[in-house]
Amino acid sequence: MLQLQQIEKVFYEGTPDEKTAINGLSLTLEEGDFVTVIGSNGAGKSTLLNIISGVLFPDQGLIAVDDKNVTFLPEHKRSNWIGRVFQDPMAGTAPNMSIEENLALALGRVERRGLRKGVSSKRKKQFKEWLSSFNVKLEDRLNTRVGLLSGGERQALSLLMATFTEPRILLLDEHTAALDPARAEHITNITNDVVSKHNLTTLMVTHDMEQALSMGNRLIMMDDGEIIFHANKEEKDQLTVEDLMNEFQKAKGKTMANDKALLK
Amino acid sequence: MINALYGALESGLIYAIMALGVYLTFRILDFPDLTVDGSFVTGGAVASILMVNGTSPFLATLAGGGAGFIAGCITGVLHTKGKINPLLAGILMMIALWSINLRIMGRPNIPLLNESTLFTQGKEFWQSMPVDQWLMAPFNWLGITAFAPSTFFVIISVGVLVILFKKLLDWFLHTEAGLALRATGDNARMVKSLSANTNQHIIIGLGISNAFVAISGALIVQYNGFADVGLGIGMIIVGLASVIIGEGLFGKSSIARTTLAVVLGAIAYRLILSVALQLEFVSASDLKLITALIVTGALVVPTWWKQWRDKQERVKKQKELTKTLEQERGKDVAAASTD
Repeated sequence: MLQLQQIEKVFYEGTPDEKTAINGLSLTLEEGDFVTVIGSNGAGKSTLLNIISGVLFPDQGLIAVDDKNVTFLPEHKRSNWIGRVFQDPMAGTAPNMSIEENLALALGRVERRGLRKGVSSKRKKQFKEWLSSFNVKLEDRLNTRVGLLSGGERQALSLLMATFTEPRILLLDEHTAALDPARAEHITNITNDVVSKHNLTTLMVTHDMEQALSMGNRLIMMDDGEIIFHANKEEKDQLTVEDLMNEFQKAKGKTMANDKALLK
Repeated sequence: MINALYGALESGLIYAIMALGVYLTFRILDFPDLTVDGSFVTGGAVASILMVNGTSPFLATLAGGGAGFIAGCITGVLHTKGKINPLLAGILMMIALWSINLRIMGRPNIPLLNESTLFTQGKEFWQSMPVDQWLMAPFNWLGITAFAPSTFFVIISVGVLVILFKKLLDWFLHTEAGLALRATGDNARMVKSLSANTNQHIIIGLGISNAFVAISGALIVQYNGFADVGLGIGMIIVGLASVIIGEGLFGKSSIARTTLAVVLGAIAYRLILSVALQLEFVSASDLKLITALIVTGALVVPTWWKQWRDKQERVKKQKELTKTLEQERGKDVAAASTD
């Protein structure tokens, strides 16, 4: 499904600010896997997502999706089968366009965008159906400008736009981090809904350990651009937040005073 | 005076096509494109040199638009592939086009008075029909023939053409490709994650925009009866003025509404200008200053108007509240404290 081999990425190489963001990382996702990724700030989680989605190219290594080498395929070509939701609720939608126009854009991910009408009545019906199958209360506001929606609503729309066309891989970059607890839970529920509905292969970055344990079937912990801990389904079910802390400590062999605060 | 106003209306309609092009880059793509100053003349230059050499005016105008399209695309390539800042890319193209336009024309000025243009051809056809007489009838009936234009030909024909271009733009901006183009100006990061090639959109958007501008230029030289290499100086400001005045006066609630506002804005700009030029102390050389004043006014007045209205609202509410406070707690407590 998704295969990462020996990925390396160094920023500002050859300067005093040199930083190894990803250090020889390998990871394989099987069809239907839902992997949660945790790690402190600067561990390379976001860089990893950016490399998978093609925003950044790795210095070394190989990325394959469905046994096709996509390592240096540009972002806009890759996003045919990669759906993404960003941390910033403003980033995933176009504020000056209506909900239906945004959804039509999402549809254009898999169909070549031509001179057909963007929002046809047939599509309108399709959008309505899709939106009403989730508890987002947006189905009657198709004409509303997205800029008028709240952060939570925009994030829900981003999530539905990212998954509308059933991408091969869904990348979630702390997509609930900017929301209040109630909204975050709402988005979490929608995420679980939509992922199970289409059996999407998902990689989710989070800072919330509870969330990382409660969602998905695999868990990885990153630090300094490496995977330092890996739990499969059975192991993950047994894990507690405390265990994760200990794992982190063990792997790093240093006190967690600072990281404890960061990781909650 | 009346003739000047009708003249302003006619040229306003022709400039409206250019304003629609500027709207596409300035508002939709969020790309302040200065190529306009050059591509406007390029359209006129290509059209006029072709007409002088015997090409049909219709094809010549189209070719002018095509040349503008290419010019716009080059600006787009400079920005997207060359990573040049939008303003600088536009300026580079603008000064390059100055020389290119002179090359195309071969001399700084081409008279077209004896050539067959869209307007001379159309006029022959127009005069074979009695439309002018029908349209003149209400003026005759009211006894205000002095207020009638000498002919409705330009107003009607260019008016229809402008509506056509407006509708074309409205339609395009609602197609799948058009939506992607709008999203490129609205949230580029997002469109990329939805597998759209933003670079391509910017290049094509600039091309279409400058095609509109160049067609407008091709029509202006035929309307004026000459092409001049200096015709495009300050054209971007005229375009921006049209967009800003239009949006300010006629609203921007939807795409169709905004494009209509831009067309009306282009006409309004010409009318304001021609009225200003009628004033005794204003000379033709003050044109640019007046343009600057109009644009500044269009930008500043709506803001001040809103601030003033908000203040009135605030003062009214304050008065009501102080009144109740006065009744409850006495005059001294309610008095507003000032420095």
